[in-house]
Amino acid sequence: MSDAIIAESITITGHGLDTIEAYSTRPLAPEQPAGGVVVIHHMPGYDAGTKEIARTFAVHGYNAVVPNLYWREAPGASPDDAAAAARAAGGVPDDRLVGDVAGAAAYLKALPTSNGKVATIGYCSGGRQSFLAAVSLPLDAAVDCYGAFVVGTPPEGMPLKVGPIVDKTPDLSCPLLGLFGADDQYPSPEQVAELEAALKAAGKTYEFYSYEGAGHAFFSVNRPAYRPEAATDGWQKIFAFFGKYLS
Amino acid sequence: MCTYLTEKVAISGSAKGASAWFRVTEGSVYFDHPVHAPYGHTLNIDFLAPEQGPSARVAIELTAESARALMKAIEAVLESAPPGLE
Repeated sequence: MSDAIIAESITITGHGLDTIEAYSTRPLAPEQPAGGVVVIHHMPGYDAGTKEIARTFAVHGYNAVVPNLYWREAPGASPDDAAAAARAAGGVPDDRLVGDVAGAAAYLKALPTSNGKVATIGYCSGGRQSFLAAVSLPLDAAVDCYGAFVVGTPPEGMPLKVGPIVDKTPDLSCPLLGLFGADDQYPSPEQVAELEAALKAAGKTYEFYSYEGAGHAFFSVNRPAYRPEAATDGWQKIFAFFGKYLS
Repeated sequence: MCTYLTEKVAISGSAKGASAWFRVTEGSVYFDHPVHAPYGHTLNIDFLAPEQGPSARVAIELTAESARALMKAIEAVLESAPPGLE
């Protein structure tokens, strides 16, 4: 298998038919039609680390796209400035997120190399948004990496435009892989257990893994939270999951 | 903790950004993951001029301890300033 990929900034049609920036990565010469992955960036934004994750999926044979969720607040700005602007504006509204992910999924399905299957994966705030997309859109798989506030209400006084969405679990359209840090408080182990109980009660297909000695953001290689053992095993779990549901 | 927990405050003054000084009108104060500082969480302040776009921003990321020290220093200087200058 060739590991050559193409990676480029493009535009896609997002929520409300808005044109937004996105980062597309694809195998250069795929031997067979490929599944697609919508990579939902973490709260620090559409940054170098997230683009590297998308390139990793392409190297492993998947088409991937990262929608820039902060494009409307900060077109062309550096990721940290864009994240600050989005923060000052109160964050990404849920309905807009779903529309942007739907646009990204449509882009992937329209690629000539697509096998018609699409998954989402999201980190941090994107973990919750991956779950949100999976209870709102027809998907083939979804991965939630330590997403806070799927379960639980943000603390009093937070201007966060999100609430718990665990009650939407019966609407989950696809298998869910959850990867969490046992030392994390957002989501806490208790909140992860509550989400798992809801999935079980709704009869959904899921796999949850919580890593001891890891907290929030353990996949982030450029942050002190990085935990190599958890991240390495997590990547293996992701590729096994996508191998099962996106091929 | 990835939150949008943010205190916004109207401010009046100037800050020096990457290319030049500019007038700032808004401050965002929050405790969350830093972009650059080598810590899990920091007290972050963005000095902003929203009407000039997202890049009109001066950002700082401080440990909680140094942020508290900075607060005390600011208070001390303001308290000791001669009357009538504010």
